[in-house]
Amino acid sequence: MTNHGYPDRRSLLLGAGALGAAQLLPSNAMAQAPKRGGAFRVGISDFATSDSLDPTLVETQFSQHLQWQLRNNLVEAGPGGKLVPELAESWEGSKDAKTWTFKLRKGVTFHDGKSLTPADVVHSFNTHRRDGSKSMTKPILAQIATVKADGPDTVVFELVDGNVGFPALTSSVGLVIIPDGDTDYRRGMGTGGYILEQFEPGVRSRVKRNPNYWKAGRGNFDTVEMICIKDATARANALLTGQIDAYNAVDPRTVALLERNAAVRINRVKSKAHFAFPMMVDQAPFSSNDVRLAMKYAIDREEIVKRVLGGFGSPGNDHPLSAAYEFYDGSIPQRAYDPDKAKFHLAKAGEANLRVQLHVSETPFAGATDAAVLFKAHAAKAGITVEVVKEPEDGYWSSVWNKKPLCTSRWSGRINDDVLLTLGYSDTGTKAGWNETRISNPRLNAIVAEARKEFDTGKRRALYSEAQRIIHDDGGSNIFAFADFLDATSRKLAFGELAGDWMLDGCRASERWWFA
Amino acid sequence: MHGVLAMITQRIALGIATLFVISLLVFLAVDMLPGDPAEAILGQSATPASVAALRQELGLNKPLVVRYADWTAGLLRGDFGRSLANDRPIAELIAPRLGATLSLAALAATIALPLGVLLGILSSVHRDRALDRVASTASLLAISFPEFFTAYMLVACFSVGLGWLPAISLSSQGGIVETLTMLALPALTLSLAVIGYVLRMTRAAIMGVMASPYVEMARLKGVGPWGVVVRHALPNALSPIINVVIINLAYLVVGVVVIEVVFVYPGLGQLLVDSVAKRDIPVVQACCMLFAGTYIGLNLLADILALLANPRLRRPRQREARA
Repeated sequence: MTNHGYPDRRSLLLGAGALGAAQLLPSNAMAQAPKRGGAFRVGISDFATSDSLDPTLVETQFSQHLQWQLRNNLVEAGPGGKLVPELAESWEGSKDAKTWTFKLRKGVTFHDGKSLTPADVVHSFNTHRRDGSKSMTKPILAQIATVKADGPDTVVFELVDGNVGFPALTSSVGLVIIPDGDTDYRRGMGTGGYILEQFEPGVRSRVKRNPNYWKAGRGNFDTVEMICIKDATARANALLTGQIDAYNAVDPRTVALLERNAAVRINRVKSKAHFAFPMMVDQAPFSSNDVRLAMKYAIDREEIVKRVLGGFGSPGNDHPLSAAYEFYDGSIPQRAYDPDKAKFHLAKAGEANLRVQLHVSETPFAGATDAAVLFKAHAAKAGITVEVVKEPEDGYWSSVWNKKPLCTSRWSGRINDDVLLTLGYSDTGTKAGWNETRISNPRLNAIVAEARKEFDTGKRRALYSEAQRIIHDDGGSNIFAFADFLDATSRKLAFGELAGDWMLDGCRASERWWFA
Repeated sequence: MHGVLAMITQRIALGIATLFVISLLVFLAVDMLPGDPAEAILGQSATPASVAALRQELGLNKPLVVRYADWTAGLLRGDFGRSLANDRPIAELIAPRLGATLSLAALAATIALPLGVLLGILSSVHRDRALDRVASTASLLAISFPEFFTAYMLVACFSVGLGWLPAISLSSQGGIVETLTMLALPALTLSLAVIGYVLRMTRAAIMGVMASPYVEMARLKGVGPWGVVVRHALPNALSPIINVVIINLAYLVVGVVVIEVVFVYPGLGQLLVDSVAKRDIPVVQACCMLFAGTYIGLNLLADILALLANPRLRRPRQREARA
């Protein structure tokens, strides 16, 4: 029952664009032209019986796949996090990054034949923004002051404050474009490459190719069937027996066995997802930075990557950016396991016999308990007693995470550096309930706000580099590992460069892949 | 005859009363679950405003008594309400799941129950001989292996190894042959466990009767081992056998969630587990009531059959007939 590396639902809030996502596998079919046809069957590990086609409630990867089979965004986050024009042909920001003008593509129609108009875009955004909306995207859209149609093919967004990253935000999965006035989401009406045939939440879905799809070389399969398979062994068996063509979240322990099968290919993609033991900087004993540093020196990251992630990941460096983010600063020295330094900082803090409780469950990621127990052993050598408290899986996010001074956490990638740092490490994020370490650093707040309005890439890089150093040195999070995504596919499938924002090519396998 | 009818009526009335008590327990227990459906649906990204909006929409702000009254009134009309999580009518959600669960249970029962009873009878006829020993050991093994282990073994052998049967039991087309192929492995897994229980209970029940003086008498009259077991012992051992058969039938309907997960079979058990995780209270309640109804109904059936099978209860009627 391993769902290793599957994203938690808060990560679905914004989707994620893997800017500069590095990739370990060479793409297999860069030179080939996509071919049409075939029935594509996918096993998905992350689903719920509460899944729906309501764009304001996209919680699982299953619904994310389905949304992108049926519907399009204004902008698509392509492999490497590159922004690709989708329903918007082009976009332009004003100098202060407060006014954003999107030109819509001409000749795009919905599945029922209706043409795409600016009114559809306005309705789609207002579906999240309206009073009483239960949308998880609503807090992020609070930065929009107005969204208006301007002529037959233009939509203008006025923001409350400048944001150069605004176009990237429109690629998040909730912001798919539905027809004006549409509230009957169950129809699955959209402009996407596939048309809804059948959807049984928590069981399966089936779509057929949209013959009028406007994207060339995309939406290649005749039909796509997604099957909900919770059990990792059942997913593997289904692929091995040819009942499905691909599945996500491969159990790292089975990779070596699966690779022996000539018909199976394992796709390993570097992701932005990180695992952490966040400490609340406003709670004793973590209010002392020496205690925080001691905790950071008292963990053997390499061993956790090796033992808990099966080697399919890389050690973290106590800040949330990985090489998959555009402004990752690799020049910050990697913090290593050093019990002596930990002891030194403990003595400085006057906490020579530090005892802490670490709250953990398997909800953030499979193997979290093992990671906590390993940390306990590492920390013991530095004289820190870590008491591992096992919490129930049920309600972990609502009653443990962001409530206990030291717990276990997982962050999936965010669309860009700005969104991640704003949510996780600024006062704005504290108000929105995302700043798990409660860090409140005036300089960090200023950097995040300044970089958001800075069009100059060099200047942004310097600002974000400083932000990473502040979090690395002064922050409350023990960010010990970045995970790789592991998918398994049949060798009959072909695809280009794989995206690292979500498993299965950024949850867009149905749109991007084809049978060779 | 009147006596039996009255007893049956009494049992049915008792069953209905039990169902009502259970409805109250289910409602209260589910309500006492920690956490809040609005928070569970919105997950980690819940904000106070979105939770409040969702609670309002779901009608969770009404008092408990009002919600219970609404719910039971709905149940009596056959209306289970709507799912909190995806707003679909629960009847629509449950119907295909119940159908799936029942067809799997029916297939497993068709294989397992006659086979179990037959093997139990054979074992007691051939008591302490090779067949009995083998059956006894094999049934112990089948009972002791956890179901998921048996399931994985069967998949490794028949799906991955031989490629005869599908590893997951989800089909889009509904032809009879295809359906049977899809159901083969889960039904076989369930059958193995059930056969074991039924075999052992049948054997034990018959053995219990075999110690009575009238069986001794039959033997002394010179009746052969088959005659003793089938004509003399079996009728008196029928009540416990009926009980074990029916309890296993109930188990096949309500207790197979592990098998459903391993074979990706969309039955009622999986729906219940998913719904608990989502705090989808109306669906949990509906599933619980269905399960409770199944248990009570089948137990009722067992009681009635046992009454009819027990000659001591038929005696008043026979006396009347003779008089």
